[in-house]
Amino acid sequence: MSLLELDGLEKSFGPVQVLRGVTLRLEAGEVLGLLGDNGAGKSTLMKCVTGVHAADRGTVRFAGEDVTHLPPGERRRRGIEMIYQDLALAPQQDVANNIFLGREPTRRLWGLLPGHVDKARIDREAQAMVDRLGVRVPSIHIPVGMLSGGQQQTVAIARALTFQPKLVIMDEPTAALAVREVNSVLDLIARMAADGIGVILISHRLNDVFQACSRMVVLQRGAVAADLARADTTMAEIVSYIVGAHA
Amino acid sequence: MAAALRSPLGALNRALGRAHVRVESLLVLVALVVALSILSPVFLSVSNLFNILLATTTVGILAIGATFVICAAGIDLSLGSVLGLASVSGAAMFAYLGLPWPFVILGCLAAGAAAGLVNGLTVAIARVPAFIVTLGMMGIARGLALIISGGQGIYGMPPEILFLGQARPFGVPTPIFILVGTAILAHWVLAHTRFGHHTLALGDNEAAARATGIDVRRLRILLYTLSGLMAGLAGLVFTARVNTGDPTAGLTYELLAITAAIIGGTNLFGGRGSILGTMVGALIMGVVQNGLNLLAVQAYWQQMAIGTVLVAAVWLDQIRQRGRVL
Repeated sequence: MSLLELDGLEKSFGPVQVLRGVTLRLEAGEVLGLLGDNGAGKSTLMKCVTGVHAADRGTVRFAGEDVTHLPPGERRRRGIEMIYQDLALAPQQDVANNIFLGREPTRRLWGLLPGHVDKARIDREAQAMVDRLGVRVPSIHIPVGMLSGGQQQTVAIARALTFQPKLVIMDEPTAALAVREVNSVLDLIARMAADGIGVILISHRLNDVFQACSRMVVLQRGAVAADLARADTTMAEIVSYIVGAHA
Repeated sequence: MAAALRSPLGALNRALGRAHVRVESLLVLVALVVALSILSPVFLSVSNLFNILLATTTVGILAIGATFVICAAGIDLSLGSVLGLASVSGAAMFAYLGLPWPFVILGCLAAGAAAGLVNGLTVAIARVPAFIVTLGMMGIARGLALIISGGQGIYGMPPEILFLGQARPFGVPTPIFILVGTAILAHWVLAHTRFGHHTLALGDNEAAARATGIDVRRLRILLYTLSGLMAGLAGLVFTARVNTGDPTAGLTYELLAITAAIIGGTNLFGGRGSILGTMVGALIMGVVQNGLNLLAVQAYWQQMAIGTVLVAAVWLDQIRQRGRVL
């Protein structure tokens, strides 16, 4: 049993068929690079995994369970996390609240009133997570909108890792970052894999993909064009698959 | 000069930040109180201060509803009309149907919540923009209120209801207790519950709210229902104060409620706001109106003043946000 098993996924938006039967496996602790030209269906495929999109046909099995018809919140609870290219952060809320967004722990106020958000615990655990990632965020109490791109990326990663995920999907995590920040993200990916987390990395930066991933899948017009181990391929071959020039 | 002002303001702001109140609005309130107590000898009398608070109750309760909806980047233009609908619905329970007094309370709250629920369903499920939905409800609720009452006020409420509007337990008018109690509860809900956190997140970045598994549709429906419920409660207090179910009650009050929320620091585009701030905003409105009354300024000018205050408050907030160093 693989961690993630996609079988025959199809998805259309109106007359446009974006996914044409995608079948894919991912093991725990594996880092998979998902590649393809713009419009190849990478983001749509991942949104079918997180539940943001419902697949028209095909199944999504996660940790042995059919999650095809579960909403995003339920899938997240089962351990599927996605870090979006636009980061999906709430800019006016502070760092700690963003890390716990949608999963705020609560307690009873004065031992009576239930549902009181435990802000002290949010701050404490958010600080611990930021420290554990070894990243520089000026303070967990300032609004996320005041942070730099790299710092915001860190907050998004911290949010994904706070609830012991089994699968983390990263959509272009390095696209907006400075070189030093890119390396720290790639280090993080390696540490996640070492902890047994399955990682899917969507990126246009082949250098990053070859450095971080042990396997690569190339999508072309909504179908898998190649599924190769890093050891068995070269950058030139991957590029030829991406542009559709591979004989 | 601006820089010199900013640092002490900033320090005070941080202190008040824990209570989610903007220092600027508090300073405006203090300045108004000082100015008016110099201009008018009766301004600071106990009876006049109660007048201000009493006049603030209806708008204050509406403004609580407005704050929740605006925090989620929505808008509710139907608040005043729904207040009127709730007022005649509650009064009709007693005067037309002969039901006992608890049904007056129930009628007001249920009518308000029902109108809000319709708003919420139309915004969240039919996906009609909130501006249009609540603008439509503004006409629908007012029309329904006039139909139910035949265009006349429904006069004469039972004593239990009048207690809610006219009694003075411990020397303080009952509506003030209702406003303060509701505001404290609402403050807790917005600042300290998951519902409140999710409301702010929805207004801040809807995609983020969705991505983190927040049920955005359900949240929107609840928010507009809550806003309607607040209009229902305001309608109850209004009815109890004037002993009448009045179909024209709350005319243009949405302007006052939204202005109170914005002056209090609620971001018109969502993601930021607090009930305590809104209460300061509502008090500013109450003090301005009271002051203009005491200074014998014609009522027509007051409407102009309120409209100007609203535009000025939003303008100042925009400047503030643009000037913020990232």
